[in-house]
Amino acid sequence: MDYTKILNKRIQAVPPSGIRRFFDIVSEMHDVISLGVGEPDFTTPWRYSDAAIYSLRQGRTHYTSNRGLKELCRLISRYEERFNVRYDPDSEIMVTIGASEGIDLALRAVLEPGDEVLVPDPSYVSYMPCVTFAGGRAIPVPTSAENGFIVTPEMILPRITPRTKALILPYPNNPTGGIMRPEDMRRLASALKDTNILVIADEIYAELNYTDEPLSAFASAPGMKDRTVTLNGFSKAFAMTGWRMGYACAPREILSVMLKLHQYTIMCAPTAGQYAAIEALKSGFENDFADVKRMLRQYDRRRRLIVDGLRNAGLETHEPLGAFYAFPCIKKTGLSSNDFCVKLLEQQRVACVPGDAFGPSGEGYIRCSYASSLENISEAVKRIGRFMEQYR
Amino acid sequence: MLSETELNVLEILAGDARIPAKQIAVMAGIGEDEAKSIIKKLEDERIIIKYPAMINWDRVREDTVQALIEVRVTPQRDEGFDVIAEKIYSFEEVKSCYLMSGAYDLLVIVEGANVKQTALFVAEKLSTLENVLSTATHFVLKKYKQDGNIMDGGREDDRLTVS
Repeated sequence: MDYTKILNKRIQAVPPSGIRRFFDIVSEMHDVISLGVGEPDFTTPWRYSDAAIYSLRQGRTHYTSNRGLKELCRLISRYEERFNVRYDPDSEIMVTIGASEGIDLALRAVLEPGDEVLVPDPSYVSYMPCVTFAGGRAIPVPTSAENGFIVTPEMILPRITPRTKALILPYPNNPTGGIMRPEDMRRLASALKDTNILVIADEIYAELNYTDEPLSAFASAPGMKDRTVTLNGFSKAFAMTGWRMGYACAPREILSVMLKLHQYTIMCAPTAGQYAAIEALKSGFENDFADVKRMLRQYDRRRRLIVDGLRNAGLETHEPLGAFYAFPCIKKTGLSSNDFCVKLLEQQRVACVPGDAFGPSGEGYIRCSYASSLENISEAVKRIGRFMEQYR
Repeated sequence: MLSETELNVLEILAGDARIPAKQIAVMAGIGEDEAKSIIKKLEDERIIIKYPAMINWDRVREDTVQALIEVRVTPQRDEGFDVIAEKIYSFEEVKSCYLMSGAYDLLVIVEGANVKQTALFVAEKLSTLENVLSTATHFVLKKYKQDGNIMDGGREDDRLTVS
């Protein structure tokens, strides 16, 4: 059988993710302290898991409606109000398999072959491939530490062509920890309002904000709701990665198309997970999101510890204000990101992810996740310090 | 009323009392001197009482037993429960003593070298105290979790090492 003849060429041409490549190296080694993990080290708060178990015991093991349980959509609607945007639970919200499915749905809902999508660079590894899979062309928008790794109108506007359909707006950002403050959002919104570009706002890290200013959904910026798909979910803030529970909110015209894709390809998000998510939000409203806040406080301490440690090790590190990643610059070593990470791993048994895994502008940086215990972080930065001695 | 920073310092120490002031300062986003003076203040005000290690004694001394004793007492005029509580908690054997709402008044946690010794302490010392109406003794058989910590180490990190 000649598989190359039957397998899709466009998909074959996409290289495996840099994260995956590095995972293969690390998984061969022992006694490694990993700062490479892109998920919370907290387990799901037990009461959410218990709610799912209870739903199973009650025999709630069937499909739900395509968009998800009504109660969950209502709670999501209420939850998004925390980010200053109001979505109609009956027509503007759907439950997805993680925010990841939402990315795919939003892109496929709008892209025709050859359409362009602006993608901040560096950002999460899936955006560019998902654009390609949906038939589009990803156009990287380089960002830099100088402006906190956010995109500005000055970066976006010159890259808009007649083929530009959408902008992905992933803030708080993986891997840089950059966030869009309300003022940054307003500026971008006012530049976009005269265009016909859809914004796909991946706000999965929205709760993990270390500034004093509460974050808003991009859809809450003036005039943006009718051109924004808001993606979020339970993975990061509620420590529910393995449940694969996300959601998408969008104007009904867009959401109905996304829902059509979801209906034919997925049917519905897993039922037990939806019950866990209901409990996460319900208890959140009862206790003012105590679980989320408890984890956020711990991330914040680790964030300060890792940034301090990396800087003391001699690595220039811009202050990450969101998510759970630090993104130090390793250019002074003269090594490529990949070589730095491989050497660090070999010499000191610390795993980080090379920045170029997240786009060409990530070259010269490495991603260090601080979703790890204080002991691990302390030991890891110590080892990075030892590693850096040869480059002083 | 404590400030947010003071609460932050307390939470850090409650998680691990051995973290040095310098690191606490980094984690709380304050200067080292400020961290030290906050800790001093919390100690002076007896908000921080002590810095003991949490030990799983079950793994060290197999015979040692702990008992939870429900004690019903007659509160005294003008003194309430405090005087009788003091008479009880003054025994070295008593590790903890709480005033409770509900079916009994004091919850007393007693530690002894073995079941017999502990039972005798309750029978001879506690029950015989004036104003103690009754006691009910429950021996601890196994500690699964204490102060938020799972005694047998809990769960391994089973996340993908890079993701």
